[in-house]
Amino acid sequence: MRYRHRKLFEVLYHLFLIAFGACMLYPLIWMLFSSFKPNVEIFKGVSLLPQTWTVENYISGFKGLSGVTYGKFFFNSFLLVFCCVIGNIISCSLAAYAFAKLKFPLKNFWFMIMMGTLMLPMHVKLIPQYIMYNSFGWVNTYLPLIVPKFLATDGFFIFLMTQFMRGLPREIDEAAIVDGCGPFHMFIRIVIPLSVPAIVTTSIFTFLWTWNDFFSQMIYINNVHRYTVSIALRQFVDSMGHSSWGGLFAMSILSLVPLFLMFVVFQNYLVEGITAGSIKG
Amino acid sequence: MKKRQKKRLRAKDFTGYIFLLPWLVGFFGLTAFPMAASLFYSLCNYDMLTPPQFAGMQNYVKLFADPKFRTSLEVTIKYVFIGVPLQLVFALLIALMLKKNRRGIKVYRAIYYLPSLFGGSVAVSILWKQLFNKEGLFNQILAVFGIEGINWIATPETALNTLIVLAVWQFGSSMVIFLASLKQIPEDYYEASRIDGAGKIRQFFSITLPLLTPMVFFNVVMAFINAFQSFTPAYIISNGTGAPVNSTLFYSLYLYIKAFGNFQMGYAAAMAWILLLLIAAFTGLLFLSAKKWVFYE
Repeated sequence: MRYRHRKLFEVLYHLFLIAFGACMLYPLIWMLFSSFKPNVEIFKGVSLLPQTWTVENYISGFKGLSGVTYGKFFFNSFLLVFCCVIGNIISCSLAAYAFAKLKFPLKNFWFMIMMGTLMLPMHVKLIPQYIMYNSFGWVNTYLPLIVPKFLATDGFFIFLMTQFMRGLPREIDEAAIVDGCGPFHMFIRIVIPLSVPAIVTTSIFTFLWTWNDFFSQMIYINNVHRYTVSIALRQFVDSMGHSSWGGLFAMSILSLVPLFLMFVVFQNYLVEGITAGSIKG
Repeated sequence: MKKRQKKRLRAKDFTGYIFLLPWLVGFFGLTAFPMAASLFYSLCNYDMLTPPQFAGMQNYVKLFADPKFRTSLEVTIKYVFIGVPLQLVFALLIALMLKKNRRGIKVYRAIYYLPSLFGGSVAVSILWKQLFNKEGLFNQILAVFGIEGINWIATPETALNTLIVLAVWQFGSSMVIFLASLKQIPEDYYEASRIDGAGKIRQFFSITLPLLTPMVFFNVVMAFINAFQSFTPAYIISNGTGAPVNSTLFYSLYLYIKAFGNFQMGYAAAMAWILLLLIAAFTGLLFLSAKKWVFYE
């Protein structure tokens, strides 16, 4: 009797999780299959699978906007992401090393300030930053999006790396000091190689956030040749009217592929990154 | 002797600041100075073409008389206070169900996490626009049951709800945090309580929930701060207008329109400062309340 109860519970458990999960993923799957449907079929009937499969949407969608293809938009997004990742790795690991391993006056004060910046809404810096970048002639370039990364403005990653570096065994520092290793050597030769997991997590999240970012890219970039995928998609909605949802869906799906690949390859790092900021230790 | 030691210490102190230099430049140049400047601009009329003109508290006075400002505040608060709690409840419930290691558990975790990975993208906002259209997927499904749906996005009463659903749909990352902290609760606690005769529900309220409160607290703070600043979905779904009838006019959307649509930089800066104060007040309240409900071992 007990056993049968358990069995029933088990079945119900899986049934619920599968049904609920399917509901959650259904919109995404619908978009995926719709991107292979001819335009007339997309909003007709609930049939998930296309009656006639076509890649026409991908071909027409890829043509992009005013002569610039999605190939260029993807290239731009990847270029931007690459620069931001490099910037964050360098600047955040430098700051994190100072906070985690070095002694200097006012260290705790600066650390608290840094943690405080995590809670600031970006709007309060937005307008003077825009005015400043505008006066530098940086509007319509990627500089307003990249330069801040080289100045460690993403406090979250400093925090993440500081936590990680604090966890490195103390014996290593001591041994390095005994061997006459200065702070610079210790940083490059010892701390950085040992911090690879934290650096990978930082890179992944910088990738995801830059790829998904829309607000600042839209504010600073308005030349179609410099559009990123996010802005191109948004402009696409405006320019095409209701004639080619297929093309829009196809490109939307394509824009999610890099995110999905990141997820597949770096699943464990993702989970670590999400939890690292929140769990003591 | 003492003097020399002090000197040596100073040379050492210096190296820390070398490593901190990029951050310090960023902090002063891209955070502290812009904050001060935006406080100044908020007291000015400024359109970026003519130099800023000092106007005192005028922008703030205007703001409180601006019905659109009030609407945007209401919309955002509704979005935050309905969306965030719902999101956390879902995250916690599903995390509890996915706690134990069973067969296929990794697949479930992946499925429930995926939406939050994609959720912030423009692509998903575009998808959402299609989902709740007159001919969208949601109405297609309703039609199967013989219900004729409305255009959920163009109806003022329902437009905001579609955005709340979108926020709740992304409960995955909070769920991951809950899962990680659930795993840290020692199994002994449950065993001890089982011997004392506590049932599953009793265990949840006496062990799981209290030990989880620090994590719930962290999640609440971060989720609220993020939700207050939400922009992309409202912008995409309403084509940047906050339509219909301003029912999706999020605070950041209105701020964007004021700053980069009307070039009322002073007005927008004043809005930014009010948002900062709002978030600060709210976070402060949360921290004060933490003493009452957050359980520290």
